[in-house]
Amino acid sequence: MGEQQAGLRVPRKGYRLFKSQSWKVLIEGLWHNNPIFGMVLGLCSTLAVTNLLTNAFVMSMSVLVVLVVNSLIISLLRNLIPDRVRMIVYMLIASSLVIAVDMVLRITLPEVSKALGAYVALIITNCIIMGRAEAFAINNPPMVTIADAVGVGLGYSFSLMTIAFFRELLGFGTLFGLRVLPAAVEPIQLLTVPPGAFFALGVFILVINRIRAGRGDSKQEGGK
Amino acid sequence: MMQVVLILFGSIISGNIAVSYFLGMCPFVTISRNISVAAGMGAAVTAVMTLTAAANWAINHFLLVPLGLEFLQFLVFIVTIATIVQILEMLIDRYSPKLYHAFGIYLPLITVNCAILGISLFMLLRGYGFGETVLYSFGSGIGWLLAIVSLGALRRRLVFSNPPEHFGATGITAILAGIMALAFIGFAGMAS
Repeated sequence: MGEQQAGLRVPRKGYRLFKSQSWKVLIEGLWHNNPIFGMVLGLCSTLAVTNLLTNAFVMSMSVLVVLVVNSLIISLLRNLIPDRVRMIVYMLIASSLVIAVDMVLRITLPEVSKALGAYVALIITNCIIMGRAEAFAINNPPMVTIADAVGVGLGYSFSLMTIAFFRELLGFGTLFGLRVLPAAVEPIQLLTVPPGAFFALGVFILVINRIRAGRGDSKQEGGK
Repeated sequence: MMQVVLILFGSIISGNIAVSYFLGMCPFVTISRNISVAAGMGAAVTAVMTLTAAANWAINHFLLVPLGLEFLQFLVFIVTIATIVQILEMLIDRYSPKLYHAFGIYLPLITVNCAILGISLFMLLRGYGFGETVLYSFGSGIGWLLAIVSLGALRRRLVFSNPPEHFGATGITAILAGIMALAFIGFAGMAS
């Protein structure tokens, strides 16, 4: 009897997790509010670092860390930050975090850090960081804010990794620097240069929109 | 003289910051819907970019490097940019209300335009001197203006075409930008 009750409690707990507001917010950020195809934010880094999976992965994780910590700090300070200078405050917090992330990358992954170059520093002006601070963190308690930041951050990672997967696979014939396609398969050089990044992004958005339309997700932008 | 031409050509055409370094992409995609707004934004970006890159070069060269505070570069640069934009906005509002109405509205947006911070960082990475920095940042601004206005013009032509519906506005703009990028990159090799 006791065991049965205990057995019952576990799924119910899980059930509650999936019904909780935080979970909903997280999924929302991952799909509906996905920064790349939902909100069209943070495109600079999406295009610039998706030539190789390793670059895309390191970039995703850096953005995720900065986004979560930044949102958390702002959410904790939300009643202390004066309304008129809030933009400056967001920027100062984001810059400090990015400096820390940049230092860690330089020491631990010098090669990737060099390949990413100025784009790590440009996380400061990544609209996703600012956008989530202004649209969510400033008005919400810490727990939900973390869920939102993680959701949006993972949504960003998902988009980046998917684009990078195809660009590296078809452009270089490798994945994470390891050769997967036989040498006989001609690599598509176009995908490795900047114009290819635009084409890859365009096709990615096309495919995602098609999937969304099929699922009946209404939030799709129309027009030209 | 040759050097001047090379830097200008490189920053405007072959090394265009919008299509080959992907800087300032968010406004590039969203604002290019309307050509006159795009031109206003481009002009504002050019002005702010030249001013901030020059200021940041000076601050870095005369303050941060001698004091050994290079690790504060990102923080100091972004504060300089925010300050200059604020001052510029007040000055324009005070002395030329007409100009303020034309592009004053774009100024606050520019602080978070990654092209502005990007140029300040690129000039550091490339180790440019003061003169080169001014040329490079001015050329980059003009290049960004050229790219966003061209994209705006291309998007107008979309009215007459019938792209797959699921591209949406963003997807088809990305494809257009890609085709345009091919034209810009075609000049690579003439000047980097």
